[in-house]
Amino acid sequence: MSTNTIISLPDQSTARVPKVNYLSKENGILSWLLTGDHKRIAILYLISLSFFFFIGGALAGLIRLELLTPQADLMATDTYNKVFTMHGVIMIFFFLVPSVPATLGNFLIPLMIGAKDLALPKINLLSWYLYMAGGILALYTMVTGGVDTGWTFTTPLSTHYVNTNVLTTGLAAFIAGFSSIFTGLNFIVTIHKMRAPGMTWFKLPLFVWAHYAASVLMVLATPVVAIAIVLVALERTIGIGVFDPTKGGDPLLFQHLFWFYSHPAVYIMILPGMGVISEVISTFSRKRVFGYTAVAFSSVAIAVFGFFVWAHHMFIMGISNYAVIVFSLLTMLVAVPSAIKIFNWAFTLYKGSITFETPMLYAFGFMGLFTIGGLTGVFLGVSGTDIHLTETYFIVAHFHFVMVGGMLMAFLAGIHFWWPKMTGRMYPEKISQMAAVVTFIGFNFTFFPQFILGTLGMPRRYASYPPEFQILNVFSTAGASILGVGYLLPVLYLVWSLKYGAVAGDNPWQATGLEWQTQSPPLTENFLKTPIMDHDVYDYEWLEAQKEKEVASAG
Amino acid sequence: MPDSHAIAESAHETAHQAGHEHPSYLRHHFESVEQQADATNFAMWLFLLTEVMFFGGLFTAYLIYRNWYYPAFVAASHQLSIPLGGFNTLLLITSSFTMAMGVWCAEMKKKSGLVLCLVLTLILGLGFLGVKTIEYSEKFEKHHVPSYHYSLNSFLNPDSDEAAKASGDKPMALDMARHTEVYFSLYFAMTGMHALHMIIGIAILGFMIFRAQAGAYTSGHVTFVENFGLYWHFVDIVWIFLFPLLYLISRH
Amino acid sequence: MSEEAKHSEHEHHIVSPKVYGAILVALLVGTALTVWASYVDLGVLNPIIALAIACTKATLVVLFFMHVKYSSTLTKLTVFCGVFLFLTLIGMTLADYISRAWGQW
Ligand code: HEM
Ligand SMILES: [Cu+2]
Repeated sequence: MSTNTIISLPDQSTARVPKVNYLSKENGILSWLLTGDHKRIAILYLISLSFFFFIGGALAGLIRLELLTPQADLMATDTYNKVFTMHGVIMIFFFLVPSVPATLGNFLIPLMIGAKDLALPKINLLSWYLYMAGGILALYTMVTGGVDTGWTFTTPLSTHYVNTNVLTTGLAAFIAGFSSIFTGLNFIVTIHKMRAPGMTWFKLPLFVWAHYAASVLMVLATPVVAIAIVLVALERTIGIGVFDPTKGGDPLLFQHLFWFYSHPAVYIMILPGMGVISEVISTFSRKRVFGYTAVAFSSVAIAVFGFFVWAHHMFIMGISNYAVIVFSLLTMLVAVPSAIKIFNWAFTLYKGSITFETPMLYAFGFMGLFTIGGLTGVFLGVSGTDIHLTETYFIVAHFHFVMVGGMLMAFLAGIHFWWPKMTGRMYPEKISQMAAVVTFIGFNFTFFPQFILGTLGMPRRYASYPPEFQILNVFSTAGASILGVGYLLPVLYLVWSLKYGAVAGDNPWQATGLEWQTQSPPLTENFLKTPIMDHDVYDYEWLEAQKEKEVASAG
Repeated sequence: MPDSHAIAESAHETAHQAGHEHPSYLRHHFESVEQQADATNFAMWLFLLTEVMFFGGLFTAYLIYRNWYYPAFVAASHQLSIPLGGFNTLLLITSSFTMAMGVWCAEMKKKSGLVLCLVLTLILGLGFLGVKTIEYSEKFEKHHVPSYHYSLNSFLNPDSDEAAKASGDKPMALDMARHTEVYFSLYFAMTGMHALHMIIGIAILGFMIFRAQAGAYTSGHVTFVENFGLYWHFVDIVWIFLFPLLYLISRH
Repeated sequence: MSEEAKHSEHEHHIVSPKVYGAILVALLVGTALTVWASYVDLGVLNPIIALAIACTKATLVVLFFMHVKYSSTLTKLTVFCGVFLFLTLIGMTLADYISRAWGQW
């Protein structure tokens, strides 16, 4: 083994991917479509999510192309509105919200806690069907005319002033919402009730803690946006007057209900990613996560505080000035637990034996970019600066730093990290490291200029802009094409690796989680016998001892 | 809940051999029957939490507009019939009781008692919906359904309207009277959502009666009945709040 | 299996029909009371009383019909969570509405 990697693979000339595993157990399309196995459902999600990601990505490409020039010349302005709306809807509801939880969470939570499956396998399958139904409906609305309200469905625009497919898109988001509720519900029940003997709360991997916190948000916040969408639909169809100012309704109420979900939703979109990063950083610096308890509780704190800050999206909408002050203060509070995580990861790295495999590269990307995204979030949380920056490209840059630089990096880190577990084969290391670097460079080219554009005052959601902003926009579009390459590469080499990748063995990273102590890909029932958690979490010494024992018994 | 359906189903197949070490309604991924019952029960509670927040949005809207347009809310609430609403409350509370008794019967393995309780619950639930239909149709006739045909007549000329006259309403200024439409929007949204939950509940009840007759729930596996009971009681609780908030705003 | 699973539903408490009967009566009385109270002019107290009665009734249903009184701490916490967040949604939203007209700046 060379010194700069921890990868330890079995002897490739003799190694085989285990014949009996969850993938080979049954064959045929029906065995997939009717499966109750959390691992297979995770794979279903992975495939469908990736599909939606590339649709959303194509729309993003169109947006960037349009913005290459100051004039609205590539498409009509209302087409542009539809394109950015569909980009937002697909990326948020059909990619980011389910991304890590529905794929990695689904696959790994039962494995990590030593259970045979999630508590409610059929509900899990139902979630996927709901997700697909919502997704297909969203695509249908897109090809039959689209919708141009922005992903926020702002009233009264969405209820009175546009005659695009608001209803069907709303319905799609509604259905996807229930998919997410059921996923969260399933995770909470599983984490509470299905843990293996000895698996106490403080032996849970931080990935599980992060998912627990995110699940709480899914279960409690999503129904509020569901009812808001129902009211919008009723307002649009039969004209009830709950949000309609001409009838005495208050459009701001819609904003309250919408952001009561959508702020927590941004944490649904980041917490699971933070869980991935905790695992990756610990494994590739061979150290227990520094301040395990603090990191665990910071996830919960983010979830709890996350419920008290939603009105920071409404500072200039006409809410009470006193509410602005309170929500502004609370918003700054929520940055604290996020910072706790960043600091603790940094301390985990300190004096660790760090190696730079692909997941770790993505994790470094995450740490840097999320920090910038989070800090600019604090700028926006301060009402004074927000009044200047809101509805400009600064917002766009902020949330792309946390969502793309944060969550998407974490998603890719996790996919690479657990790819050997999911498929039994390694991805090719060199090219994937390159892809990670390309992504990072492309990302910064794309989105950093947008901070400057925003500060200079370029508003978001317009197809044209004053010519003096063009240079930075060209930068951004150029960066987006690099980014596109960075995202296409993994698809190619991951698919390639399914057949040609090196056989991974049980534990290629020498990681400590229970999921690594079983075969890859795992059996349908996960473990041969229910594991007993008799050591601490992230216990690398235990792992060493375990290995010595194996060598001793084999020899 | 479809999950518990499946549990109930497999329970039926082998009802005669229940009580063995590994009853067949125990799904493969659980260690024990207790764990399974516990997990599904907890899942049901989490689902109810979702429901609470779902209705939470409506209650928020209600409180805001009630404060803003209090006179309109008072006058509009006079259009609802307390006897009908009160009677419905009675029906629903009683159905909650029969449901609770149903769970008890299932636990005590009294099959005919369980079937009787479920049937009673179903009838009471249908009764509730029947009364609601009467109430709704009256709103339709008076054009109190928010939409483009909404009529302000009852509030501008209370003397022309029996219910308004009986409550001694004074004619309202036009701009306040218009806000009765917000009240009725919320009235229909809230009671409509509630009725939708009742309809779903009744459908499941019908299914359960069918299963209960086959003895599915009286062989020691009561989870499904219990969890459905939780749902039914929750729907009852929603009504317990809707009734005073919508019907009894100010009657003096 | 986790600890919670071991000692919650295990000693599954079966509530007796007498208790259910008593709750039914209490609920019916509560309904009558709330209707009656709405006809009496109590000023600001009217809505407060109506809500108080409704809350009491709901609590009875939750505690007895839904067995929370005899359930695990986890179930109790779950219920508490729901109530808490429900109140947060309402409370913080209303806080905005109530303070909108304060100090005209
Ligand atoms: C770390 C703490 C964070 C703070 C303090 C923060 C703060 C803010 C604020 C104040 C805004 C409103 C800006 C405006 O509209 O004027 C905002 C917008 C936004 N944030 Fe964050 N944020 C944080 C983290 C995140 C994370 C982790 C995500 C997602 C993963 C996220 C996603 C978004 C999105 C999508 C918007 C824009 C919504 C829209 O108007 O379309 N934020 N953020
Ligand atoms: Cu926010």
